[in-house]
Amino acid sequence: MYAYSDFDESFVRDRVRQFRDQVERRIDGRLSEDEFKPLRLMNGLYLQLHAYMLRVAIPYGTLDARQMRQLAAISERWDRGYGHFTTRQNIQFNWPKLCDVPDMLDALADVGMHAIQTSGNCVRNVTSDHFAGAAADEIADPRPYAELLRQWSSDHPEFQYLPRKFKIAITGATADRAVTRAHDIGLRVVARDGAVGFEVSVGGGLGRTPMIGRIIRDFLPEADLVPYVEAVLGVYNQLGRRDNKYKARIKIAVHEMGLDTIRELVEARFAETRSEFPGAEAALAEIRAAFRAPDFRAGGTAIPSGSPAFRAWADTNLAPHRREDHAIVTVSLKTPGQQPGDASAGQMRAIADLAETFGYDEIRISHRQNVILPHVRKDDLPAVFEALAAAGLAAANAGLISDIIACPGMDYCALATARSIPVAQEIAVLFETLDLAHEVGPLRLNVSGCINACGHHHVADIGILGLERAGVETYQITLGGDPTERIAIGERTGPGFAADEIVGAVERIVTAYLELRDSADETFADAYRRLGLAPFQKALYSEESRENAA
Amino acid sequence: MSDRVLITDAGFGPVDPAERYLGLADLVAAPGAQRVDLGPETDPAALGPDLARIQAIRIAFPAVSDGRGFTLARTLRRMGFTGRLRAAGQLIPEQYPMTRACGFDEVEIDADRARRQPEADWRAAARRQGYLARLRRPAA
Repeated sequence: MYAYSDFDESFVRDRVRQFRDQVERRIDGRLSEDEFKPLRLMNGLYLQLHAYMLRVAIPYGTLDARQMRQLAAISERWDRGYGHFTTRQNIQFNWPKLCDVPDMLDALADVGMHAIQTSGNCVRNVTSDHFAGAAADEIADPRPYAELLRQWSSDHPEFQYLPRKFKIAITGATADRAVTRAHDIGLRVVARDGAVGFEVSVGGGLGRTPMIGRIIRDFLPEADLVPYVEAVLGVYNQLGRRDNKYKARIKIAVHEMGLDTIRELVEARFAETRSEFPGAEAALAEIRAAFRAPDFRAGGTAIPSGSPAFRAWADTNLAPHRREDHAIVTVSLKTPGQQPGDASAGQMRAIADLAETFGYDEIRISHRQNVILPHVRKDDLPAVFEALAAAGLAAANAGLISDIIACPGMDYCALATARSIPVAQEIAVLFETLDLAHEVGPLRLNVSGCINACGHHHVADIGILGLERAGVETYQITLGGDPTERIAIGERTGPGFAADEIVGAVERIVTAYLELRDSADETFADAYRRLGLAPFQKALYSEESRENAA
Repeated sequence: MSDRVLITDAGFGPVDPAERYLGLADLVAAPGAQRVDLGPETDPAALGPDLARIQAIRIAFPAVSDGRGFTLARTLRRMGFTGRLRAAGQLIPEQYPMTRACGFDEVEIDADRARRQPEADWRAAARRQGYLARLRRPAA
């Protein structure tokens, strides 16, 4: 795994000193609230509904046992003994005090972690495939590129005060597990004539105006990555709208000015930036050496037999590793009834122990708000399962309807217009009680508590958006969204449902799918592509279906 | 006496009260003028052939959160502008090293801000260095 160099270390320490100083200057009035706010946000500190929230970067979702243990310790010392893993592969602490934040940042720096650029109108933490470095379908490990972009974007003097936030995602596999085309820049590693490069998309995003990123370059040679991204950001910083924060993302510029215009401007700027990064190649080589694969221990290529509980878990929570004697383990943070993405300090330590004992000290956080052990010997899977079960982390539901992405919603977030956690909990518990989740098979259900769409509802098979209408929570449903390389934005079914109707509505959709599918092999996504919205609308809104459900 | 303060690597200094900057629109009518004021929205191509005779450019920063001036400065330097480049307006000490890294020579602030954010704050911030210098350094 990438180990911080002396330069990284001193950079991060220096940022903590700066932030301590900034807090002091805010308190004594040298910085106004307007001046302090961007500085606070650039250091990951939000003002939420009840308290401050500190968002800690987990660059490209990769961390080790020591770092996970430190997150556990921080949650116990300065928060309430748990943390919330997010769709941006970060972790959020929901209850810090402002005066404690510099100490929390110091504690993070002790293990090479920080909260830099997890918020604010700057280039955010670069996200990536949570199976990076392990997946069977990988062309190249995307993390060295992500780390190169982290270094490039950290404290970039030109791009700390952009029109709006800027998100970059990168995948190195044929399957897109990083939702790249829902990002301001999406990078997909492709090979052409033996050379590695990127397909580059621009202007993707969810939020109130969901848009799929457009392909601005079908092949960008690896060596041009940094100067090309610098050119895109330069164009955006100059042209992105600053008169309306809801129209300030690059997707609006692409939409209003047209992809061709943006492409011309980017290429013109790229002609200038191209020669400005002579050190990038050496930096990438150095970074890549630090991402060497672990020294894998050989083992059996079959999944050992075990209890029915183990088999059910192995069926859903394992993914193919590039080595036949290993598997990728998804540790579900979605035990039905719990808050999606939350882990207690004890659970974080249990995961750290497992990573050390069985996982070559590697851990990843997925944008689906689960934890991944990317390299586990198949022979060790039963022992890993037992330990997870003991920690309450063995829910056998990765990729199933109860593996729900949910934003914090009105329980925590100042922007939310409806609760999302209770809806997610009720849906997960319902399908657990009915014992239907495995029968239904792969199905992505995502819940957002407001139009900003942090819960990725636009790209879910079943998306739920909580809104407020005349003081009452109402939930809209979208169907047919897809976050993968087949990316699609879900279609709205029609009028929304009240808080006490939404779970029943989801049940009607799922029941209709079970009746309509060709066979158990036809997933919800495939069935929806074949059938379209109409039969599901009928199931949702016809008198008959409502009566049957009642 | 000027009420504005000019910040350079040497610290605080006075702004020369005699210096005059013209707006872009007035530049054509003043063939002898060598100093120009630019808004952050300026397309630098608009300077055209006039860029060659200009000795000083002052770019306005209308709000701390408005970073367009950084990109405008980079563009002007890439176009070959070698004269004085000044960032003026709503900037905080944290932004001083950013202005320098983007090609500015100096920052101009008003007296109120200079009182609220004294020289020591700007000097403390000036020492900071990021990653970019490393990526821009020629390969060894």
